[in-house]
Amino acid sequence: MEFFKQVDIDWMGKAKYFFALSLTLLLVGGASLIAHGGPFYGIDFKGGTVVDVRFAGPPPIDTIRNGLTQQGIVNTTIVPVSDISNPNSNEVLINLEEKGQGSEALDAGKSAILNALHATLGSGEAGKQDFNAAGPSAISDVLVRRDPLSLGATAGDRYTQLAKQLVDFRDKNRGGVITNLNDLSATGANPAVIAALRDAFYTSNFAIVNVEIVGPKVGSELRRQAVVVTLYALGGMLVYIAFRFEWVYGAAAVLAVFHDVLITLGLFSIFHFEISLTVIAALLTLVGYSMNDTIVIFDRIRENTRLMRREPLRVIVNRSINQTLSRTILTSGLTFMTVLVLFIMGGQVLRAFSFALVVGILVGTYSSFGIAAPLVVAWNEWRGQGATAVITGPAAGNKLRKT
Amino acid sequence: MSSNLKWKLIFIVAVILVCFVGLFGIPNPPKSFAALKSNFTNRIKLGLDLQGGTHLILQVQVQEAVSQETDQVLDNVTKALRDKTIRYDEVRKLSDTQILVHNLAPEQAGTARNIISDQFPDWDIAPAPGEASGYLLTMKASHVADISQRTMDQAEETIRRRIDALGLTEPLVAPYGQGDNEIIVELPGEGDPNRAKSVIQAGGQLELHLVLDSTPYPSEAAAMAAHGGVLPPNSQLVQGKSSASTSGQPSPVSWYVVDRVPVVTGRDLRSATAVRSTKNIGFYDVDFTLSTDAGRRFGPFTEQNIGKQLGIVLEHRLQTAPVINGRIDDTGVIEGQFGEQEANDLGLVLRSGALPASIKYLEERTVGPSLGADSIRHGVQASIVSLLVVMIFMVVYYRLSGVNAIVALILNLIILLAALAYFGAVLTLPGIAGVILTIGMGVDSNVLIFERIREELRASKAPVSAVDMGFKRAFLTIIDTHVTTVVSALFLGLFGTGPVRGFAITLVIGLLANLFTSVYVSRVIFDWHLAEMPREAELSI
Repeated sequence: MEFFKQVDIDWMGKAKYFFALSLTLLLVGGASLIAHGGPFYGIDFKGGTVVDVRFAGPPPIDTIRNGLTQQGIVNTTIVPVSDISNPNSNEVLINLEEKGQGSEALDAGKSAILNALHATLGSGEAGKQDFNAAGPSAISDVLVRRDPLSLGATAGDRYTQLAKQLVDFRDKNRGGVITNLNDLSATGANPAVIAALRDAFYTSNFAIVNVEIVGPKVGSELRRQAVVVTLYALGGMLVYIAFRFEWVYGAAAVLAVFHDVLITLGLFSIFHFEISLTVIAALLTLVGYSMNDTIVIFDRIRENTRLMRREPLRVIVNRSINQTLSRTILTSGLTFMTVLVLFIMGGQVLRAFSFALVVGILVGTYSSFGIAAPLVVAWNEWRGQGATAVITGPAAGNKLRKT
Repeated sequence: MSSNLKWKLIFIVAVILVCFVGLFGIPNPPKSFAALKSNFTNRIKLGLDLQGGTHLILQVQVQEAVSQETDQVLDNVTKALRDKTIRYDEVRKLSDTQILVHNLAPEQAGTARNIISDQFPDWDIAPAPGEASGYLLTMKASHVADISQRTMDQAEETIRRRIDALGLTEPLVAPYGQGDNEIIVELPGEGDPNRAKSVIQAGGQLELHLVLDSTPYPSEAAAMAAHGGVLPPNSQLVQGKSSASTSGQPSPVSWYVVDRVPVVTGRDLRSATAVRSTKNIGFYDVDFTLSTDAGRRFGPFTEQNIGKQLGIVLEHRLQTAPVINGRIDDTGVIEGQFGEQEANDLGLVLRSGALPASIKYLEERTVGPSLGADSIRHGVQASIVSLLVVMIFMVVYYRLSGVNAIVALILNLIILLAALAYFGAVLTLPGIAGVILTIGMGVDSNVLIFERIREELRASKAPVSAVDMGFKRAFLTIIDTHVTTVVSALFLGLFGTGPVRGFAITLVIGLLANLFTSVYVSRVIFDWHLAEMPREAELSI
């Protein structure tokens, strides 16, 4: 099976449309970034507190908001977590912006949110703990103390194991929320054990599944570091490509990748996705993909330059893009499909991450033939070298064949 | 089959075997599928974001240790000057690293200077600005750095000992960042940061004071009133422990009047262990043993004070005040109605000693195990679906050669996972991004090679030479794309931290594995196939 046999498209003739398209995308993205006063940074980069709460049923957002206001916490946002594969995930993220500097302020935000949740939602009984918030050690403590199975002195290990089992059941089978301790009988737990637990625990209809607290200093340091490291990586690529091809190729490739990252950031702003540390990893991945695509085309250009010494560079570049088109469509299509599956099925945590990749693969593929290659042609034609192409890198197949 | 090809095949099989050992272990060949699976999951370590757990970044306030050193030196300078009967107006601490010796007797200034520079070589001495005969002592920068380093090392060691004693699996305590005195603590599987934090934060200050008034007071004011507004000389007020903090109800507070000077402190402790309480069934006590030296003090002291109460004060809170029944030499018990965990934690804090400086939390993340499990499940499901689609497509599009690509792809993943297991690297969410990029570039390598072979076949080359040329031509491109990406990944690995580094590590391993599978292994399979098939047959590509 084959999609393309022979294609003959004048890519370089359409370069001005590509440039116009890129410029439009960059301007729209830039406008959105300016309008919103910069990218939406996640907690990783801006600092603050995020509490991820999972409910047994639909989350009572208004009640939570009232509860938070009563606790004197006003600068919060409550975002329901929704998922394409799971639109009613019964989960909300409570974001609290950083106010203070010290670790006391860090903790204060978290405990205020927890207090508000317990005050408004918890059917808390005096002297009892919330089962959904209890760790295995707290549960085994209770069991050892009450000894419902009358195991006597040897009880420790048995109860530790039992507690782990119960917590596993709660977290893995029930998504972290158990609304009735009787549900635990599904694990085969002895009724006496459940009765003992009931004496010490109550069940709320929610569980805290994730808490993140990031101090403002850490956030800004991470932001700086992510940028610096990415620039280093781009610099490394520039040097290697300049060494293997010509410096203008390196510059064009890096510019194209830069363009991809900027457009992706713009789209992040338009679609209101937050930039987190995992998104940075996704951006680095897209840098890799885009660079890969560009080099495949550049490699063909280098090879064709030797075969077609008389032809102008623009013809060579067109030919090279056409020759690699089948590969470009296949590879990009397959990887695009991969990340699309991730975007749809990957769940809440991977959402922004896979969005960056979905966008990145489209833009990265396009920028290889739409930006990087035309830039090289434009530069050479401007320098008056368009008539005969010159590449001074190592001769194809000579140096490397030995390795 | 040529012997050359045979050796290549043997090499590939050997690599695969080594990988399987890495993933599943060999010494005790697992019998069941479940055992195999658990071996596998034990070997691939998951990051906190996938497994759940607590991640803390804390900053050690090293300037406190520097300041303490300055206090110490100030004391010593004063003493040294007094010993030599050198007159001065004042010795004052100007800042954490500066001491001012104010207004020395002019004729003794030279002597003072010599004494100070002899006895305190870690300090620079200079005439105090705007003074006829005074000196400004400044701690040398190298000494400040020394103290900071020592404090950091000690803090890290203390925190590690305390965390280790919590008995969690594979906790991490390590210096973090560049020179900001930060320490990272990672506790896989621990969903409650408060326990770890309280263990880290606890100063571990234990003091045993004699209780002066046998009955506690309900408030500070009441205690003062009972003594007519002034506490007896050499005594102090200590707040009692508030019990049952879990219920959220404020418990009644009590205040004790105790001797100011402790009989015994935590420094005199030789060991501390949690034991089941004999008095309060279901609760735990902490037994402690004193050093011989402290025992020599403690024995006579308890003998003299039989019938009185001894307050066990932990972190400025009085835990219990047992009555001294007889002479005790070197053992004691803290009865606090502790839970097992609480008692264990207390024992370990007492054993591991005090932190050299206080700490501040900069970051705290807790990933609940349910969220981590969700991420894993989603990630694995998505990966399997997309791998299947890629495989089906490759077979449909490249027919038999597509099978070759699938073998290369799967082998690539196996090598990548095995390398992670061998290096003990941790698989995180960004690491999965690296795996995705690896898969993408693996598919790309195969597509590049196959397209080239097709081009050569179209130019009516024989299958053998088409395969040969296809691999040779595509190899140049593959090398360029891989080296470029590896170069950038090396930068990320060297200069990045945490997630960025996790991404870089999986990417580098994956790309190296891909060079092996897509180029070497795939070529061997082609050669094998070509050697087996009849000369006139067409290549299935």
